[in-house]
Amino acid sequence: MLEYKPNTVLSNEEFDTVGSSPIRHDGADKVTGRAKYGADTNLPGMLYGKILRSPHAHAVIKSVDTSAAQAHPGVHAVITSADWPETSMKLVDLAEGSIHNLGFLSMNVLARGKALYKGHAIAAVAAVSAHVAEEATKLIKVDYEVLKPVLTAIDGMKPDAPILHERLASVASPALRPGGLLEDNADSLRTNIANEFEFNLGDVEQGFKDADVIVEKTTTTQAVHQGYIEPQAAVAEWTADGKLTIFSSSQGQFTVRDHTARFLGIPVGQVKAVPMEIGGGFGAKGITYVEPIAALLSQKSGRPVKVQLSRIEVFEGTGPTSGTQISVKLGATKDGKLIAAEAELIYEAGAFPGSPVGAGIQCMMGQYDIPNGHLKAIDVVVNRPKAAAYRAPGAPASAFCMETAMDELAEKLGIEALEFRLMNIASEGVRRVTGPMTPFVGYTETLQAVKDHQHYNTKLEGKKRGRGLATGWWANNSGPASALLVVNSDGTVSLTEGSPDIGGSRAAMAMHVAEVLGLPITDIKPQVGDTDSIGFTSNTGGSSVTFKTGWACYNAAQSVKQQMVERAAKIWEIPDTDVEYKEAVLQHISDPELKLNFKQIAARMIPTGGPIVASAGVNPPGPGPSIAVHLVDVEVDTDTGKVEILRYTAAQDAGKAIHPAYVEGQIQGGAVQGIGWALNEEYVYDDEGALLNSSFLDYRMPTSLDLPMIDTIIVEVANPAHPYGVRGVGEVPIVPPMAAISNAIYDAIGIRMNDLPMSPDKILEALWAEEGK
Amino acid sequence: MAEVWIPPKLQQLTDGKQQIQVEGTTVRRLINNLELLHPGIKDFLCDEMQEDLVPGLAVIIDGEVSLLGMLDKVKEDSEVHFLPAIGGG
Repeated sequence: MLEYKPNTVLSNEEFDTVGSSPIRHDGADKVTGRAKYGADTNLPGMLYGKILRSPHAHAVIKSVDTSAAQAHPGVHAVITSADWPETSMKLVDLAEGSIHNLGFLSMNVLARGKALYKGHAIAAVAAVSAHVAEEATKLIKVDYEVLKPVLTAIDGMKPDAPILHERLASVASPALRPGGLLEDNADSLRTNIANEFEFNLGDVEQGFKDADVIVEKTTTTQAVHQGYIEPQAAVAEWTADGKLTIFSSSQGQFTVRDHTARFLGIPVGQVKAVPMEIGGGFGAKGITYVEPIAALLSQKSGRPVKVQLSRIEVFEGTGPTSGTQISVKLGATKDGKLIAAEAELIYEAGAFPGSPVGAGIQCMMGQYDIPNGHLKAIDVVVNRPKAAAYRAPGAPASAFCMETAMDELAEKLGIEALEFRLMNIASEGVRRVTGPMTPFVGYTETLQAVKDHQHYNTKLEGKKRGRGLATGWWANNSGPASALLVVNSDGTVSLTEGSPDIGGSRAAMAMHVAEVLGLPITDIKPQVGDTDSIGFTSNTGGSSVTFKTGWACYNAAQSVKQQMVERAAKIWEIPDTDVEYKEAVLQHISDPELKLNFKQIAARMIPTGGPIVASAGVNPPGPGPSIAVHLVDVEVDTDTGKVEILRYTAAQDAGKAIHPAYVEGQIQGGAVQGIGWALNEEYVYDDEGALLNSSFLDYRMPTSLDLPMIDTIIVEVANPAHPYGVRGVGEVPIVPPMAAISNAIYDAIGIRMNDLPMSPDKILEALWAEEGK
Repeated sequence: MAEVWIPPKLQQLTDGKQQIQVEGTTVRRLINNLELLHPGIKDFLCDEMQEDLVPGLAVIIDGEVSLLGMLDKVKEDSEVHFLPAIGGG
């Protein structure tokens, strides 16, 4: 296995496969319906599981009587949280990079002691059919003591707020730890504030004194769902010999394995998690909801069990992103230099600690050079589903506040919005408000690409039309990843990778291998391995896969290449160093008669030494951040309040686009989700904490009829820490849209929309308020 | 010596100092030496076994998020930050 070598830059070279957009290997399966998703596994004797959920947003569970359900004909098992061990409340790193408070996660999967949101799972039933199981859940008697719910972070921070967790660790502690629970006898303030931290740089007070222009504003955003098409689904089979196999749709089969093993108190070696195709995740399928329930039902019934959520359960019982309230104050000199910034970010964590406020605060001003700053972040538990990751978690909300403030500041200064940003770029080595130096990324190049684009240079005409621009910064992740290559006797190469394929990773990984070996992409046969057939690979998330698993594939392919050289040398009875490998042809460096191609050597691999197999496990540093610049034109219908997107252009530094069509798709997908977040999407609750719009009829996501073509500009400033210059691309395109659209609406009607969604009713109210002035 | 940036909430343990020059060729040695200078700080940076960083905490060395944590190397002129880890979606 070859070792990771930092600062290998090949991006300035010509590539054969990298940079093309071949047809995906799994395309035929997906368009013909052959592809198997989470709910498509069916096993002999399989039962169907259904979950009983809390009708209350906040209640003590005084007792659960499952006797009638257990006696119901066709029922084989009933479980509650009493059926699995109480998981430690300590934060743990599962030794392979996955960090969680498993106690909270366990209580999110099945409530223990308290129901903390409407839809919180209380018990589950396995029966001969889904209908029988559902009927039996209605026979479970739960005695609740209903409590007053807390539905917003601001309410949750009030001194008299109802408390979700009696022993939540006090924020008086200087520890950076996200909230955990204290020991029973520990003194603690009763609080819903799970975490609070801040950053200081320079002298912010003096910075504002020196500022010629100051802008202050507060924005709010509502919880929105990731809106993936495929609900969570899992089939678990716990056999009599103690082996547990789980088939499910997730962003990480190793997370499924590790979480389930921890919840059930069994070794990970007892569990095999098989990744099925995934019908969207966007972060939410990076944690487990149904797998441990299916497993426990299977153990108890002695039969395989399928648990599949309904759309209502997805909305009510799985994580949306956080609702937020963010305040910012920016100061600049009259010649347009940012010199001071202050911000307070308050994020709803849902029922358990751990909103993405840490990412929100660190990404909020990542792209700017601001010498004096004070940023404060607060994480608050509320009676809503536990917030889950959603594409650049935390950053879209903070960018909405920051980038609309930047627009206001630019206007006050009389400087064009894009120029104002160019004037304040944090170039490599500039200290960020959060402390570390700015890493290398093509921010200037991406802004310049928009400035040079036809959209930017075309005048927008028409009444009530406006143009807005915003930027977004996101800290891409890396992590452990594995790949395995097996050369077949016909010269094809079987590739097993550890990353579930969400954004086209089979093709992108195969392209890394094809590029190294000089083979056609159709000769590489990629598949995603289960937890027994490939090394640990962290979740498909954090815009990490093409970087980290790409590195693993690159290294494994280099090993295959070396083995092919050794086989040729053996056949010709010459030293390895006399063999040259070029475009899948091996030849003697000076004797043109000695020449064999990849397929010819593959056909002779057994007699020349046996199978050619290579694997690689990596944890590569240097993913680098990502940067996006979005430009949007809107038209506001002042009679109905509807905002129409007329034109949208999204530019992004991809480092190097391995498969440009996939990169384009990621950018378009992120922009579209951001447009939905900006204009329509929100969780609507009544005063008792019941979600009122838990269906796609009432939860309004954009469709193709709502949108123009999203034009993309892929900027390639090679990341020096990847062999082809890759930089993660999947998340940052959701960061700028809300601010860009808000800025465009202001340009159209002269009103700053500071609260999401900017839905027709809010636009009309704002117009009426403006008329009434 | 490497320069360690102290998170604001831990500055009560460092007499208000925001940056501290500390000897150490690895993050582990750096933290051990920091503990000698300012007793008690290690409890907030390391887990109970004191073999790993507190889960949820990232160490950033010269602008790069470390993937090795306590085992990562630190140079004589390195700048080291401890920040909340950023999780992706």
